[in-house]
Amino acid sequence: MNRLDLNTVLGWVPRGSKVLDLGCGDGAFLKRLCEERGAVGVGVDIDPDNLVSAVSKGLDVIQEDINEGLNCFTRYRFDVVILTHALQELTHPHLALERMVHIGEEAIVSFPNFGHWRCRTHLGLTGHMPVSKAMPRSWYDTPNIHFCTVKDFEALCSDLRIDIIERATVAGAAQKWLGKWWPNLFASSAVYRIRRSAR
Amino acid sequence: MPNSGAHNSVGLVSPCRVRFETAFQLANGSVLAEHELVYETYGELNAAGDNAVLICHALSGTHHAAGFYADDGERAGWWDLAIGPGKPIDTRRLFVVCSNNIGGCDGSTGPNTLNPETGKPWGAKFPQPQVQDWVRSQKLLAEYLGISRWAAVIGGSLGGMQALQWAIDYPEWVEHCVALAAAPKLTAQNIAFNEIARHAILSDPDWCDGDYLSRDTIPSRGVALARMVGHLTYMSADGMSDRFGRELREGSFTPEAESEWVFQVESYLRHQGTRFSTQFDANTYVLMTRALDLFDLAVGNHGDLKAAVDKAIADFLVLSFSSDWRFPPHRSIEIRDALMAAGKPVTYANIETDNGHDGFLLPNQTYEALLTQWMQRVGPA
Repeated sequence: MNRLDLNTVLGWVPRGSKVLDLGCGDGAFLKRLCEERGAVGVGVDIDPDNLVSAVSKGLDVIQEDINEGLNCFTRYRFDVVILTHALQELTHPHLALERMVHIGEEAIVSFPNFGHWRCRTHLGLTGHMPVSKAMPRSWYDTPNIHFCTVKDFEALCSDLRIDIIERATVAGAAQKWLGKWWPNLFASSAVYRIRRSAR
Repeated sequence: MPNSGAHNSVGLVSPCRVRFETAFQLANGSVLAEHELVYETYGELNAAGDNAVLICHALSGTHHAAGFYADDGERAGWWDLAIGPGKPIDTRRLFVVCSNNIGGCDGSTGPNTLNPETGKPWGAKFPQPQVQDWVRSQKLLAEYLGISRWAAVIGGSLGGMQALQWAIDYPEWVEHCVALAAAPKLTAQNIAFNEIARHAILSDPDWCDGDYLSRDTIPSRGVALARMVGHLTYMSADGMSDRFGRELREGSFTPEAESEWVFQVESYLRHQGTRFSTQFDANTYVLMTRALDLFDLAVGNHGDLKAAVDKAIADFLVLSFSSDWRFPPHRSIEIRDALMAAGKPVTYANIETDNGHDGFLLPNQTYEALLTQWMQRVGPA
């Protein structure tokens, strides 16, 4: 696993937390959370092969479509609910975010930043939707149906009365400090710690 | 399906029998002065006694869950798919026990065994057992076998309900619990189907008020019809279309043909019904369907399923089967959600299949892979 945002997420999960990992995939990251952070984890995924892989790692997983509203978690609260690089694949990202901060004391969300300068220049100069190593699929067959930028995400959080506790950005080595100061332009992905606003 | 040969099979098996001579009181208050359980085991119980797995059978199941009998090399046990060396419930590692429930008709004390008070078959006078009774009698069996805790209790359909009852009634006895194609209780529709089955049996003139054995007959037409109705609810509409379509076994659709028509599906159901009616006791069918009707995991908790499962300390695996309309996926989801709400460790999946309720007995790649992988956490490492 070499997605940089995951290291940030790992550092943000308090030791011994009850963690819900939405779109847990093959469970590799959730397994790391259990081993390195002593987390008690539950994964959610819809793909049968992913479920088998996650179960083979000794994890508990629930087969559920995140788009269906995560109703099974209405009566149980987690310390941290995680959604890494899946926000842009959801039918209703805003509803999912609301659910996440309801189910968890905190939520951690990461997503690829569509406001990154490479995306902007690709679209600006070629006139085509960006296709890159990180986003390899063409617009018509991509699972990424709801791309957003750092600015868009923060505006949505404000609308949903969700507080941003912390933000981290992932940028290439050359743009590391730029990504910190101008995340919407230089961060290739962004990671947020959020919670329901007390307001 | 590896049923055809000895591949990965536990091989030749034979049933065992144990007699309990102390009085056994059933949930409905009646008392069996003594009773017998017939059971099979596969694999070896280890010295620590921590590798024992209990398999609970469904409505018409038996203790013969895996392997072959010497006098019947063709037909394997009912869950040979899952039990054996290298199979999901791996007998190289695990000691597997399966018993015939009280009230059954395959050797355990039931309506077709002799009532010690009269010296005649119990017949319809056999007391109504409930799922809790089976759990308690299986606990006696465990103690007899020198087992103090099940590494897992596993079952499908009624057997899945029994596994859940185990986890609630004797929490410290159940380390892992697997409920396949189960439900926390029956719906009105479920009970209605059971009533149709019972009515078929009770309407057969050979029923003789349940006393048919002493009159040397069996209500085979009633049992066959009951089974046809039951069997129908185990299959899915798509599965039946794929398997039988509208094909004729006898007769022809051509206009000039004058004949009797027998569709493949009719022939199949008749065959299932007839075969079953010669093998399965009518009183047992009545008792077992009634035990299903009466089952309610939350009955002691005023219907609060979360409160009911709260006592359990097991890790749970709950699986449903997408085309199951007898206990559809949402019934498993009720169980899952109660377990989640109670903070229990649970894995849940809905297996995509056309096999209907029978899905838990039939080959399916995802199902077998999930069960295999999940079972790795059962028993000593």
